[in-house]
Amino acid sequence: MEPILAPESIDLIALAPVLVLSVFAMLVLVLDLWGGRNKSLLVFTSLVGLLMTAISAFAKHPIPAYSFNDSYIVDHMSLFFICIFTISSALAILLSVEYNEREGIQAGEYYALILFCTVGMILLASSTDMIMIFLGIEIISICLYVLAGIRRNDHRSNEAALKYFLLGAFATGFLLYGMTLVYGSTGSTNLFKIAEFVQNPSAQSSPLLLMGLVLLVIGFGFKVASAPFHMWAPDVYQGAPTPVTAFMAVGPKAAAFAAFFRVFAEAFPEMSSSWEILLSIIAVLSMIVGNLGAIMQTNIKRMLAFSSVSHAGYILMAVIAKSSLGSSSMLFYMLTYAFMTFGVFGIIIILGRKGEENLEIQNYAGLAYKHPLIALSMTIFLLSLGGLPPFAGFVAKFYLFSAAIQEGLLTLVIIAVLNSAISFYYYLKIVVFMYMKEPEAEFNISLTPMTLFVVLIGVIGTIQLGIFPNAIITLASH
Amino acid sequence: MFLTFITFLPFLGAVCLAFMPKENVNAIKQTALAVAVTDFLLSLMLWTNFDNTTHKMQFGLNIPWIEAWGINYHIGLDGISLLLYVMTTFLTMICIIASWDVKKHIREYMIAMLALSTGMLGVFIALDLFMFYVFWEFQLVPMYIIVGVWGGPRRIYASIKFFLFTAVGSLLMLVAILWIYFHIQQTTGVATADILYITEHLDVSLDASKWLWMAFFLAFAIKVPMFPFHTWLPDAHVEAPTAGSVILAGVLLKMGTYGFLRFNLPFFPQASYEFVPMVAWLSIIGIIYGALVAMVQEDLKKLVAYSSVSHLGFIMLGIFALNPYGIQGALIQNINHGISTSALFLLVGVVYDRRHTRLISEFGGLAKIMPKYTVCFMIVALSSIGLPGMNGFVGEFLILLGIFQVNGLWAAFATSGVILAACYILWMFQRVMFLELKNPKNIGMKDMNTREMITIVPLIVLIFWIGLYPNTFMKTFDASVNHLVSKVNPDNFKPHQEKHKNSQGEHAQLVTPTEMASLNQKLQMPKKVLIKE
Repeated sequence: MEPILAPESIDLIALAPVLVLSVFAMLVLVLDLWGGRNKSLLVFTSLVGLLMTAISAFAKHPIPAYSFNDSYIVDHMSLFFICIFTISSALAILLSVEYNEREGIQAGEYYALILFCTVGMILLASSTDMIMIFLGIEIISICLYVLAGIRRNDHRSNEAALKYFLLGAFATGFLLYGMTLVYGSTGSTNLFKIAEFVQNPSAQSSPLLLMGLVLLVIGFGFKVASAPFHMWAPDVYQGAPTPVTAFMAVGPKAAAFAAFFRVFAEAFPEMSSSWEILLSIIAVLSMIVGNLGAIMQTNIKRMLAFSSVSHAGYILMAVIAKSSLGSSSMLFYMLTYAFMTFGVFGIIIILGRKGEENLEIQNYAGLAYKHPLIALSMTIFLLSLGGLPPFAGFVAKFYLFSAAIQEGLLTLVIIAVLNSAISFYYYLKIVVFMYMKEPEAEFNISLTPMTLFVVLIGVIGTIQLGIFPNAIITLASH
Repeated sequence: MFLTFITFLPFLGAVCLAFMPKENVNAIKQTALAVAVTDFLLSLMLWTNFDNTTHKMQFGLNIPWIEAWGINYHIGLDGISLLLYVMTTFLTMICIIASWDVKKHIREYMIAMLALSTGMLGVFIALDLFMFYVFWEFQLVPMYIIVGVWGGPRRIYASIKFFLFTAVGSLLMLVAILWIYFHIQQTTGVATADILYITEHLDVSLDASKWLWMAFFLAFAIKVPMFPFHTWLPDAHVEAPTAGSVILAGVLLKMGTYGFLRFNLPFFPQASYEFVPMVAWLSIIGIIYGALVAMVQEDLKKLVAYSSVSHLGFIMLGIFALNPYGIQGALIQNINHGISTSALFLLVGVVYDRRHTRLISEFGGLAKIMPKYTVCFMIVALSSIGLPGMNGFVGEFLILLGIFQVNGLWAAFATSGVILAACYILWMFQRVMFLELKNPKNIGMKDMNTREMITIVPLIVLIFWIGLYPNTFMKTFDASVNHLVSKVNPDNFKPHQEKHKNSQGEHAQLVTPTEMASLNQKLQMPKKVLIKE
């Protein structure tokens, strides 16, 4: 019998990370049958799977390489993103172990869902075809809908899942509609072919295509939680289990930005005059709404949700810059954002106990004098999120702003720096509570080893990338 | 490497303190003091090894830091930064002695103090814009913590106000830094943020340089603080603990004036020249307004804080006289203000420790029960007024001399500030020290103890030293000031001379002869002028 060979256009080595991770995810599902209540085998398998994925991503040489008729690409950006995804998923899994035990989340498919979600993210960041982008987004979204609602007995978790699902489905509709319009007017779903097509000036003014672009902006805008499509973020962030919140804030967002960048900066750079202004408005709105919204919050998870909206605004500047410096600054930003975010959420988990999550900001009062190291780590993360040197957040912002300035987006950068100044207010508010107020009650914090390990990684990453960022910048800027 | 070591020694000390047991209060204080004293002595070694005859950077070190961006760890000291650097280590030492009786979280306090010291030292040695910005922002955090944790009743408000004011200004400076970075890359093909390279090669149109100048100005003017950006200062000073106020007045404000000398003037000489009237008037308003407001204060610390606004107006005026007298005066006045105002804050701290109030109306007649205190206070007060023979006189005299050469009217206005200073200081002195000892709560007050004397006496020695023999200090920055003035001298920008200079100067290669010819034609310059020059 003839062996079944894949068609030539399908390069399985290029696809290795997706395949490896899918296999491991299914393995986790199967292993769940034996483990019983002890999930450590699942955790171990998942982590090994993520490691193998990261390694297998580098199997393809030379890059850029294409597969599936140019709809899947292995290039510098996708490789870097795969590293971000595997790191962030691994950190999310490490955060989950003790949290799930504490909160009684028994579902073994939890870990499989995170892995499948990561598969979706890899697909999304590597796709150069609208269909693939849509597939990636759907894989991610469906996993996240389930993950957000995995605490079935908690009404907030249910609310989060339902809200995310309804609004997410709606946004997917917009995205798909936008894709069909683009396909209708350009005759292709492939980003390279679209780019070729829109070089023709007469094609650029087609109302159908412009309409399609607007719908794409709305769809992506929702997925990256940028204002005014951010309404879901605070509720979902608050309601979802904390490790899932951290996971959502980093990986899927980074993947959506990768696709956002590919579609707008690589397929439609010729039409930048039409979408630039729209994206600029969204970026500015995100920064302002995010920062002003965060000031009002007393719940730390909601505050971080708004802060992530403002960060989406900053990162959008990289898309608007649409240069190679823009893409590398986005890569660097997402990596630092991963360390800071997992660190912060790790501390939020540490502060909580079973049945008492201590999510209000006043729960942090006086923390610095009971647990100085925890408070110091939190301070480092918050200042870094605000963009204060010598932490990673500053270097990332410096990188991002310099990409924008290089493209002459001076006004946007000025708005962004003023917003950074506003953001200090609410980040410092937590520092004020930790250092300058007396504790209101005894701290019963759960100092569990895995969570502390994640916080430690966060601290190391935040400081390392802040003081010696050279190696990573070199990697990001190929 | 030596300079790096001195700069980061306090930080290392802070790290060591973090590992010491909280209960061992004495060991913590002694370690902190030992670190600070060592650092001060080592920085004195820098001074003795300093070559006064050159404006070039000394003790330099230049190693790659972020190679991908062409950013280096480039440090060095010249005449402008040397004294500020030494003063920082000196005041850190004084502050640690002055904070000996802090009860609350002493370990954290000392850690913040030492970390702050490294941040401030870093600002003065950084010769790379990126690095400068890192230190400039970094030192905000420990200062913010010091005000916010160990401050007075409204400390949280004051500390956040301090942080946000400075952050807004410096973030706009960041935009300007980025712009310069790319501009340099485009015009010279070198990706660098090196301050010396930029000083030499920055070539921007006047319009652009005005915007950049404004961005830097905002950052430094808030820090100085100049009127109308001064509102954070009284709050921060009043709420800060004594040592916090000393560092704030002694060093942090000097970062602003240092920034003007290091960036605004050498980077944008022509824009600086254009903005002289604006800065001068703002400074004059600051001098008079600060003095008038100081006069009506009921709180001793607030009075000193507003007197700072007034004194810093003098320094700014000196800098923007753009001549040797003015800038020398400004530099020496930087030091004077650091000494006199720090001493005033320490002295206010002495009575505050005893009475827990700073209201002038609560005191009166202290001379009868605290003779040592009264003498110290009088010397410091007189030095703050600028009595001849003391340090304040030297600086103010030079500044007035410098500004008089530019504009007599400005000098006249500024001089009124000296008179007003005498009014508010002497009036305050009279109400606190003389009159009758009416308030029964004051009767049991003890005179200054040995520790308090140790903090004040070195400052008093310096007051007389600078007042009687300023040359020890002046000679360190002579060469640097002359070099700076030769670059920013307004004469360079009078139209005919600018072109003249370009045809022979360092930038000659940038202007082709044909361009020169057309420019000359445009200006319709008579040939005679060229020949005369």
